[in-house]
Amino acid sequence: MRITRYAAALAAAGVVLAGCSSDAGETADDAADNTAAVATDVEFEPGSTMAEIVEAGELRVGTKIDQPGFGLANTAGDPEGFDVEMAKLIAAKMGLTEDQITFTETVSANREPFLQNDQVDMVAATYTINDARKQVIDFAGPYYVAGQDIMVAAGNPEGIEGPEDLAGKTVCSVEGSTPAETIRSEYPEAELVLYDVYSKCADDLRNGNVTAVTTDNVILTSFVAGDPESFELVGNPFTEEPYGIGVQKGADDFRDFINDVLEESFEDGTWAEAWDRTAGAITDTEAPEPPTVDRY
Amino acid sequence: MSFLADNFPLLRDAFLTTLSLAVLSGLVALVLGTVLAAMRVSPIAALRGLATFYVETFRNTPLTVVFFFLAFGIVYIDLQFPSRFITAVAALSLYTAAFVCEAVRSGINAVPPGQAEAARAIGLDFRQSLSTVVLPQAFRTVVPPLGSVWIALAKNTSIAAGFAVTDLTAVLQRLANANADQLAMVFIAVVAAYLLITLTSAWLIGILERRLAIVR
Repeated sequence: MRITRYAAALAAAGVVLAGCSSDAGETADDAADNTAAVATDVEFEPGSTMAEIVEAGELRVGTKIDQPGFGLANTAGDPEGFDVEMAKLIAAKMGLTEDQITFTETVSANREPFLQNDQVDMVAATYTINDARKQVIDFAGPYYVAGQDIMVAAGNPEGIEGPEDLAGKTVCSVEGSTPAETIRSEYPEAELVLYDVYSKCADDLRNGNVTAVTTDNVILTSFVAGDPESFELVGNPFTEEPYGIGVQKGADDFRDFINDVLEESFEDGTWAEAWDRTAGAITDTEAPEPPTVDRY
Repeated sequence: MSFLADNFPLLRDAFLTTLSLAVLSGLVALVLGTVLAAMRVSPIAALRGLATFYVETFRNTPLTVVFFFLAFGIVYIDLQFPSRFITAVAALSLYTAAFVCEAVRSGINAVPPGQAEAARAIGLDFRQSLSTVVLPQAFRTVVPPLGSVWIALAKNTSIAAGFAVTDLTAVLQRLANANADQLAMVFIAVVAAYLLITLTSAWLIGILERRLAIVR
């Protein structure tokens, strides 16, 4: 009897596993259906950055794999999200298929070195455009403008309406991030608690050890969507974080090309479609107005 | 260079935080580890078992997990450290004590059995013979391994950066992200600060070792 029972359990587990894999397969199929058509008649000037990439037959992209909606690794280990869709869009316009994109994980602290050391051709990783970074790399875009916002416990017991209300309160963010720097310089009365990842901030907020968590609204909305019973978004963005595509310093031809691709996608609606099936699907929000590309 | 001058107060505070994390945890771990070592050689089986359990638990658990448990786990049994700095000191002390215990125990085992037997023969009980005869000799032989444990501890303090303590590693992350064009300078400054702690320690341990060496 015992053997039969084990066999039944195994069979049940098999069904569950089979269920999972077919789900994943369907999701992948959906994604493939939705991605922009690969251009077939493209030709680049010999010696240009694009020509070199096409010749190598591989577009190397740095992205995040822990940012729901923008770049998050799925169960198969492949990143999915708005940043990833932007990379696929660019690859498609170069005549490269999805299989020819190599994704490498980049975290906030190593994005510039990855470009400087030629480990990736471009970085799409919730990458805020700023002047210090422009010293060592170049940016195409922006393709999205996020804003720093505040997340509080559900019901907002402390009545936080904006960053001014954080004076004397504990607010959690990530060490080395732009949002933490903003609080430090603009709202020094707030008491910063700095972890290495935002999930620890969410834990601390759930435990009541901090009053608020602050970072870009797109990151916070995914936490709220994941646990609406514990968290609430204040919904009053107080900075502008233009997300750009990082390219190697001096790769102006590639930067222009990406800007063209982005502007085209703003026009023909592929940009909004990409939003709807990634970040928009998670946070249940409409695609915003596309930003204006900054060709500096 | 002006970059370093601008950020000097931040680097100095971070250095002091790292140093005090290491020193406080080191002292607690030394005391706790010595008590544990005494328990592991004690004639009472329950104490031996307890100390062995402790050592095997903490020596075989990754330090990050210990940190995580103390920072986010014990909340669920309604416990809480008063500050994140104290959480870090607790995690580092508990973890390092297991290694101190094993180092001290190896020293105790290196003291010739005749010493303990002689102590018993003149009427000292277990506690007296351990504290006045065995341990003083044991500590002399364990200066090098305890030195290694201390240096490992000094570097392990960097885990605290991930748990809301602004130590050198946290400042490395902060400055590296805010100054993309000064990465090399940031790294050099932070590494130099760590080396200041570890190399000075290594040097002092060397002196201590020569002073205390037993001429046999």
